[in-house]
Amino acid sequence: MKTITRNLLSTAVLLLAGSTSALAASEADFKAAYAAAEAANKEAAGLRNQWTTTAATLAAAKKSADSGDFDQAVAQSREAEALAKASVFQATSEKERWKDLEIR
Amino acid sequence: MSPRKAISLVSAALALAFAAPSAIAADTPNPMADAKAFQKFFTTKFPKLKLEDFVNGPYSMNEDLYKQWQEKEQFPPYEFALEAGKEMFATPFKNGKTYGDCFPNQGIGIRQNYPYFDDKEGKVITLELALNRCREANGEPPFSYVKDEMASLTAYMAFTSRGKPFDIKIPDDPRALQAYQKGKEYFYTRRGQLNFSCATCHVQEPGERIRAEVLAPALGIMNALPIYRSEWSGMGTTSRRLVTCNSQTRAVPINPQDEEYRDLEYYLSYMSNGLPISGPGARP
Repeated sequence: MKTITRNLLSTAVLLLAGSTSALAASEADFKAAYAAAEAANKEAAGLRNQWTTTAATLAAAKKSADSGDFDQAVAQSREAEALAKASVFQATSEKERWKDLEIR
Repeated sequence: MSPRKAISLVSAALALAFAAPSAIAADTPNPMADAKAFQKFFTTKFPKLKLEDFVNGPYSMNEDLYKQWQEKEQFPPYEFALEAGKEMFATPFKNGKTYGDCFPNQGIGIRQNYPYFDDKEGKVITLELALNRCREANGEPPFSYVKDEMASLTAYMAFTSRGKPFDIKIPDDPRALQAYQKGKEYFYTRRGQLNFSCATCHVQEPGERIRAEVLAPALGIMNALPIYRSEWSGMGTTSRRLVTCNSQTRAVPINPQDEEYRDLEYYLSYMSNGLPISGPGARP
């Protein structure tokens, strides 16, 4: 019983710790997530293939951060990063794939 | 050397000799063959259309739209731009020179030769770029590539070329071939979050609707520019058309007259060689 109680307590502590970090993103979390998204979008710019949705999502993330909603800001930054990475993948794969559409 | 070994060596040599040229041919741009295949694709897809009908874009795609186009042409919406362009073209710059002084044949009836490859600069020169260069050479500020003044000027110049077949030249210069090839790549490359290439709409789906619009075939698409678009409630240049296409696929457009757009215009215009200039046009 003693072991079971200890295990239960440990689990509860871990769960609490986990939920706390999931609920409250900090400004530092936002800055890190935003920088990662910006870096990916910069790579897309180098490939001349940015998406309008990446720019819009980055702007939304900044707006959320400005209003102090860092949870939302981090989520939006991560979404922007995913969009930017998809645009990089598109540009890279299309270097050869465009030939599939060519009229011959 | 044994006879078997000799036969193997000869066979290998023959196989290499035949394989090598075809490998080179596949990667070497062949604009003439491309244009032939391009035009055949569309004439096969739309067997009832005459080649010159393709310059009417969506209006050539079905009978109702064709009737609409005929009615529109009675009082064409681009007429104001045409008049403005004619006046602008004839009005001297502050230094007394005119646009005509910058172009062969005083700029009349030459639209079908643009874009061209300039061998001194090693790049494609479009009509819009040439017009702004003319302005700057005469001490005038350049016009926006996407606004009314440029649309009016190119409308007038296109009008003076109406009926003349596109006559785009690709000189025997590796840089010109490279520009052509880059334009082709741009045309077929998917971009934007919607993952569309120019060809997705204008090769795979001409005549089909995308929301309320009927998509134009890529063949002849440059011949009608600039255009009055009801959707825009105004005139649009080639630059405006390309920028809009990009943003509609959720791609961030590049700057008007950037190299990619000029090369794309070069490629697409070459594909329509032989088809008459019909600009300025009107589109839904």
